[in-house]
Parts: sequence; C-alpha cells; structure tokens
Amino acid sequence: MPVIRFWRDRKVRDVLWQALATVGLVVVVVFFVRNASDNMVKAGIASGFQFLWRDSGIEVPFNITGYKPSDTILALLWTGIVNTILVSAAAVVVATVIGFTVGLMRLSHNWLLSTLAAVYIEFVRNIPLLFFVLFWYFGVLSALPTPKESYDFLGVAFLNRRGLWIPLPNEVTGFQFALLAIVALIVAQIGLARWAKARQARTGQDFPTWMVGFVLCGLLPIAALAVAGAATSWDVPTLRGFNYRGGFVLVPEFVALFMALSTYTAGFIAEVVRGGIQSVRQGQIDAARALGLTPGRVVRLVVIPQAMPVIIPPITSQYLNLIKNSSLGAAIAYPEIVAVFMGSALVATGQAIEIIAITLGIYLTIGLAVSAFMNWYNARHRLVTR
Amino acid sequence: MKTVCRIAALAAFFTGSAASAQQLAPSPTLDAIKARGHIECGAHLGLPGFSFANDKGEWAGLDVDYCKSLAAAVLGDATKVKFTPTSVQQRWAVLQSGQVDLLSRNTTITFSRNATLGVNFQGINFYEGQTFVVRTKAKVVAVKDLADATICVAAGSTEEKTAADWFRERNLKVTIINFQKNDDAISAYDQGRCDAYTAGIGALAGQRIKFKDPNEHQILTEIISNDPQGPVTRWGDERWQLVVRWVLNGTIAAEALGVTSKNVEEMKAKSASSEVRRLLGAEGKFGQMMGLSDDWMFNAIKQVGNYGESYERTVGMGSALKLKRGANELWTKGGLLYSPPFQ
Repeated sequence: MPVIRFWRDRKVRDVLWQALATVGLVVVVVFFVRNASDNMVKAGIASGFQFLWRDSGIEVPFNITGYKPSDTILALLWTGIVNTILVSAAAVVVATVIGFTVGLMRLSHNWLLSTLAAVYIEFVRNIPLLFFVLFWYFGVLSALPTPKESYDFLGVAFLNRRGLWIPLPNEVTGFQFALLAIVALIVAQIGLARWAKARQARTGQDFPTWMVGFVLCGLLPIAALAVAGAATSWDVPTLRGFNYRGGFVLVPEFVALFMALSTYTAGFIAEVVRGGIQSVRQGQIDAARALGLTPGRVVRLVVIPQAMPVIIPPITSQYLNLIKNSSLGAAIAYPEIVAVFMGSALVATGQAIEIIAITLGIYLTIGLAVSAFMNWYNARHRLVTR
Repeated sequence: MKTVCRIAALAAFFTGSAASAQQLAPSPTLDAIKARGHIECGAHLGLPGFSFANDKGEWAGLDVDYCKSLAAAVLGDATKVKFTPTSVQQRWAVLQSGQVDLLSRNTTITFSRNATLGVNFQGINFYEGQTFVVRTKAKVVAVKDLADATICVAAGSTEEKTAADWFRERNLKVTIINFQKNDDAISAYDQGRCDAYTAGIGALAGQRIKFKDPNEHQILTEIISNDPQGPVTRWGDERWQLVVRWVLNGTIAAEALGVTSKNVEEMKAKSASSEVRRLLGAEGKFGQMMGLSDDWMFNAIKQVGNYGESYERTVGMGSALKLKRGANELWTKGGLLYSPPFQ
C-alpha cells in the first residue's frame, strides 16, 4: 500500500510534522494579532505604525545622534537605541575587566585579596539591581557640588551635579587624521604580533610585543591627538545662568547607570571566571611552572586559554543580562530605549502594543547579535586539541 | 435548600433586570459595580490634596472625593470604593483593559487622548495650570528666567511636552530630564539635579508640602498652560458615562443651589426650588432614568458634600495646600465652574 509506505518514511513524517507545527504557529499568531486589532478598533484605540513618522516633541537631554525635538518619533527611537548600546558597551568592557580581576583575586593565595574579592562578590550578588542603580544615582548626585561651586579642571572641564562638562573641538579634520593614524598603528601592532609569534615558533626567541604595543597603541595616539588638539580652537563650556553651556556634557544618569551595571555584573563575571579557572587541571599549572614560566605567564598562556571555552558561554548570558538590565536606566531618567520610547513616546501616542512589540524586537536583535558574536569568538578561540 | 435559595436569587435577578431593561440601555459597567458591591477607581500614585493615601491607608483628596460621591450615588455608600494607584504610563492601559471603572487622577483633557486612546472625558473638576517650583534662593520671578536651567519632569505627562514647546517657541534653551515617576523626578530636584520641577499648580502645591523645608521652595505664579482635568471613562457603555458625568455636575449644581452636607435633609424636605427638589430626588424621579435610586445625589451630598465643601477640605483653605478657588470657583463668583440644569 503506497499510503502506508509514505507514513513509514521517517523523513517525510518529519517534514510533515514540521510543516504542521509551522502552520499551527502562524495560525495562532495571526489569530492573536487580528483579535487584538479588532478589539482595539472596537474600543476606539488607534493602531498601526504611522505614528513613527509623527513629530516627537520630546526633549532628550543626552544624545550623540544629533536628535532634536522637532525630529520624528523614529529618530527618537534611534536615539534611545544608541543610548542603550552606548551604556551597555561601556559597561560590558568595564564589567569584564573588573570581573576578571576580582575572579583572579578570589583565587589568590593572599588572604586579604581573596577575602576582599569574596566580600565584594557576595555583597553585589545579593542586592537587587534597581536598588543598586538608585544608590549610585543619588550617591553620585549628593557627592557632587552645585554648578556654581563646580570642580574646575584647568578652566576647561567642569564637574558638578549636572554632569561632567568637557570642551569640544570646533574643527574636526585634525582629529580625522589622528583617527586614521591610530587605525594605522593598530594594524601595525597586529602585524608585529603576528611576526613575533611566527618568529617565536621558528626560533624560540621572545619579543617584547606588549612593550612595543604600549608605545605604538598607547603613547603615539596620545601624541597624534595632542597635535590635532593644538591645531584647532575649542568650544569651552562656560557658566551661563544656571548651567554650563557649550562643549559636551556627560550626564550623571549615564555615569550612575554605567557604574551600577559594570560593578554589579562584574560580581557575576568574577564567579564565572573563578569557575572557569578552577576547571583547568592542577597538573597543567604544575607542568607550566616546571617549565619555568613566571606566574603571570602561567595564567596568561596556560590557564586562561584553557579556561576560556568554559567561561565564554556563561559570560555571554551575563552580557545579555547587562544589556537587558540597562532598561533600569528609565528609573533614573537615563534616556535609553525604555525611557524615551516605551515611556515618553508611548504616553505621547498611546500606541502601547506597537511600541512594546518594537522594543521587544530591538532587544531581541541586539541580544541575538551579541550571542552570535560570542559563539563565533568561542569557536574561533577553541583550543585545537591534538 | 441551597439550590432553592440559588434558584430564588436567580429568579429575582432575572425579573429585576427584565423590569429595568424595559426602559434602560444595557450598562455592563453599572451591572458589574452592583454585582461586586464597590466601584473600582483609578487614583494617582500619591498627590497630596488630590489623591493621597495616609499612613492608615485611607484615601483622601479632591479626586478621591469625586469617586466617593460616585459610590454614594450608585451604591448608597461613599465607602464602597476601591482605589487603584496608577502611574502616568499605566493609567490608560488600566482603564482600557477594564481593570478600573474610571480614572479620577489629575488627568488633563487633550484632543489626541480623546481621539486615539478610546477614552472620554466626563467634565472638569479642576482647572489646572502648569508652572514651576524653584528654590527660593535662585531668585526666579518669571518663567523666562529659567533660560539655561535644567528642569525635572515626569515623562509622558502633558507637562513634559508643554514645557519643551514653551521654551522652544521662545528660543530659550533648557535641559529637560524625564523621570518615569513623579516621586523620582521630585527627589532628583530636591537633590539638586534640576533647577526646577514642573507640574500643575495644584499638584505642585501638594508636592511642596512634602519637601523637608517647604519655605526653601517657591511656586511661580506665572502659568504656561491650561490643563483642565476631570474623570475619564473608556468608550462604550453610554449609561455609565452618563452617571459619571451627572454626578460631577450634581456636586457643582449642589454648590450653586446652596445645598450642603449639613442642610441637605432640610432642603430635600422643605426647599421650594424645583431644581433642588429634582436634584435631591424629591420630585422628577431623575435617579431612575439612569437606573439608580432617586436619592442618588442626596446620598452623595449627604455623605461627601458639594463641590465647594470638598474643595475647601482637600485643597482649599481648610487644607495644608491653601489653594484659592481661582478658576475653580462657580461662574457666578468669577470662576469657570458651571453645571447644566437639572431639568
């Protein structure tokens, strides 16, 4: 019987089930979307995505996109996305640095260091993050002076409750050249590192790559920026009435959210790092020591490369948590996507379903991009086992 | 025995609803209120003078009083109302989803809200105007003195946009910091993050008494907007909207007609004015026309008082806010309040 044979083919059956599941999912989604939109029409609630092109009229005190209140709500959304990515990216870098340091400290044989690290980790891990954010925010605010009593750095930069005000160059061409120079230096450093590695493989001789790299990638860019800075005039912030005007301001909301996210996530990363390092067998460390490697090199060349495959997957979820946690910036008026889009724009337009769906989609996109990158990185740096 | 009781109750329910259904349009909201025995009223998170829960959890304020009047009119008991605190962002969803029967929480009537949110505004119980609270030592007299200032505001309120528009139209630069909650915006202002906090003048009078030292803060007298506020219902259920609208009118009419919580019994028995008699249910059977009992406004006024009594007790001279009546005075005394006739 052909029908029975058709059922007995496992491949056909699998495809059939998959197709059935897909159709079912689509039907359910379509049903809910249509149901929601029908009910909204009945209740007299506006729907659709046209609102994205309406004028926003919402002020955003901190943006690097050049957004103005006369722009559209789409531009407002973009500003929110950029601010979310900005604070998340900065916090991810610093959280990783602090996390690795604290994780290594936790494993130190020095009693004071390991206890300090343990206290830090337990303190941070057992406090709700919202509390942490508010603590940093009101802590930062109350520690700083009023604008009239600002801390003055050489008459060009000012720190007060309204933020850190730094001068901006009026002419940017010099900086574009400096940026090109820095990129060239980084390329040179990468080339040098490759050459040094190849030479070491060939002759066994070591080359002070890090020292050279420090000069190439650290000192020379500073010199290039200094030359560029000297060549232009500066827009120096000045006190006008209530506040400083001119230059660029780093708002306390950014600083507080950045500090809260990085110190908080660092506590979790430290534990991940500790677990990863402890998964490396003691024999590996003993062997490295027996070869006469210095303690620093044992960690850098033997322990960490073997710990990385264990560390990266859980650290990826910490990064994702951090990005999602940046939404708590809404509580302290940091203009990230939840504050400006799900807050201000939602109340201005009232289109809750569309706005929440868009916001969900954006977090999903950012999250998937980060995990894709981390998976790629992990695959690339996996130890070649022989 | 139980079953018998149930059948009897059901029978009573059906005959009752059949009798009333003869003249009245169906009102699912009113039916639900009568079935559950209380009104669900969407209040503010906490605004002294308007809607504020004290340390015993008792709600008080002008907007709260309105919901109490409504409960007295619909259920005969002003205490049969449950308050749900709502934030600026939540309020529409809470109303649209049917979680509350109405909002009575300092909500400004605007065109786009009326046109796109599926909500109706049922009258005005407070004429609010937006202004700023500043530190006394900042020496600000007029709003334009706030040029270059930093201003804290609750995100998504009408105040956010009104302030941004006002300064932009005058080419003045200000920095506006949007907080999700009023309370966070106020504590940020208190901490010195902002030079000013902006909201309606009535709301600010309420907030000012919450500061450590209210005398260090001053409310500007200049008003940059008109923000009429009143109870909000969702679209549909016209009979419920009718009740919400006319209970508000009734409290204002009572003040205009001189009916107070003290003299309401005497007025009902002896008043020669037909409008007073109709308002209080002595003639005309006005309550029944909406599916309420005829003493609906009698109960509301007896238990909560007329608009003027409520105003003086919550935000006026009898309260900590000490707001003058101003625009919120009867039209006969130079204000804007006015009730259509009870005819």
